Amino acid sequence: MSFRVGLALVFVAALVAGAGPSAASSTRAATPSGEITVAAASSLTEAFGQVGEDFESEYPNTTVTFNFGSSSTLEAQLAEGAPGDVFASADTATMDALDHADQVRGRPVIFARNRLEIAVEPGNPARIKTLADTVEPGVLLVLCAPEVPCGKYALEAYRRAGVEVPPVPTGLTAKDTLSKVALGEADAAVVYVTDLQAAKGDVAGVRIRARDNVVARYPIAVVEATENAAAAKAFVKYMTSKPGQSTLRKFGFLAP
Amino acid sequence: MPARPVPALAVVLAVVAVAFFVLPILGLLRRAPWSDLWEQLSDPVTRDALRVSLICSVGATVLSIVFGVPLAWVLARAEFPGRRLARACVILPMILPPVVGGVALFLAFGRRGVVGQYFDDWFGLRLPFTTGGAIVAETFVAMPFLVITVEAALRGIDHRYEDAAATLGATRWTRFRRVTLPLIAPSLVAGAALAWARALGEFGATITFAGNFQGKTQTMPLAIFLAFESRPESAIALSLVLMAISLVVLVSLRDRWLRL
Repeated sequence: MSFRVGLALVFVAALVAGAGPSAASSTRAATPSGEITVAAASSLTEAFGQVGEDFESEYPNTTVTFNFGSSSTLEAQLAEGAPGDVFASADTATMDALDHADQVRGRPVIFARNRLEIAVEPGNPARIKTLADTVEPGVLLVLCAPEVPCGKYALEAYRRAGVEVPPVPTGLTAKDTLSKVALGEADAAVVYVTDLQAAKGDVAGVRIRARDNVVARYPIAVVEATENAAAAKAFVKYMTSKPGQSTLRKFGFLAP
Repeated sequence: MPARPVPALAVVLAVVAVAFFVLPILGLLRRAPWSDLWEQLSDPVTRDALRVSLICSVGATVLSIVFGVPLAWVLARAEFPGRRLARACVILPMILPPVVGGVALFLAFGRRGVVGQYFDDWFGLRLPFTTGGAIVAETFVAMPFLVITVEAALRGIDHRYEDAAATLGATRWTRFRRVTLPLIAPSLVAGAALAWARALGEFGATITFAGNFQGKTQTMPLAIFLAFESRPESAIALSLVLMAISLVVLVSLRDRWLRL
């Protein structure tokens, strides 16, 4: 009998512990503290990794956790109420979508710009020089899925270059797409300049001429459902401040 | 057996468990776009996904039968050193996380893979980003289901039928065709149905090994995953199709051929 009572108590305790309010508290103190979760486009992975460390050194009582993925997936999750304090997306359309879902607090701020580049295998064995070369028969091209910002930008670049894109395999994020070339599975991919910089050595880059290239504008905003508004706002502010900007520059991003 | 009182705690936990399984299905049914379901299913992306799924799952089932039945035979009837190890390797994909299977397939059969590089150099044969690659990925996860089912059946049939046929002068092939096969037929059908259903639902190995290529490797689960954020109605419609198929498989196998 007592075993059953004990079991029931353990069960109830587990339910309560799992469903209880989160530990992060919204503080009104001047110094940001506590935990924040930053949902960011996967192209920001390396840069934000560094930024997270710098931010935590600047505000020692804070812990920053990152959730990287395709901007569209993250937006869908946040709109459905997934936990997150800050959202940094790779295009303004996705941020607008989150805004329409009333999940943006305040106004988004453009904190970085990015451009596209063609990734090829080291040594460029397929001799690719332009976007038109990537759609030649015999070249296995991969692009980002058309639903994600990287994919939309790539299609825009091809449109500007007047090149028709045949059906191609697609990756779910820019990193996923780039990895196909890095692993030797595809001959070419169109991803961000920053992704190529991060993957230096595994891939080679071929520049896209300026008038075809697309400028990606990255907005950042505090998520409405945040439980740590002070730290979230501080993070957003940090991204537009000098130290944040210089870190972004180091990883290949352009000024906003 | 007369009904015995079930402890209250067990009932509570059981209700929670049932709700855990039923609520997601109800949620799916509730959010389904019933009014324009046909329109959703006629969308080119959806139609491509349905077609690719059908081709790949049937292809994987056929491969599973062609290679799986002989394998089941060897495992059930032959004595050789390392049989236990071979059996463990065959069961492994059933327990292995599918995406790990995909990574492993990639390292073996990718363009720079251990074996794949020779396929490419000698035959110009590439598996990733092709329907063939998707079939390979699905076969990898589905075949064990068929092998295990058929092996159990082969172990379970009475040898005396085959022995009697032998004494009556039947050749090996005739014995297999006229005696063994009919005896294991129910299990073979059940195993094939399980393998087919498993192949149809595969995601992790397909996306990692075969990649995401609309019209060639983008099966229904992949299409659902991608449609989920941008075109949720399309994702829900496809999910309904898969759920209906799963139900049909379950209902037709229940009690008759499989104790499920």
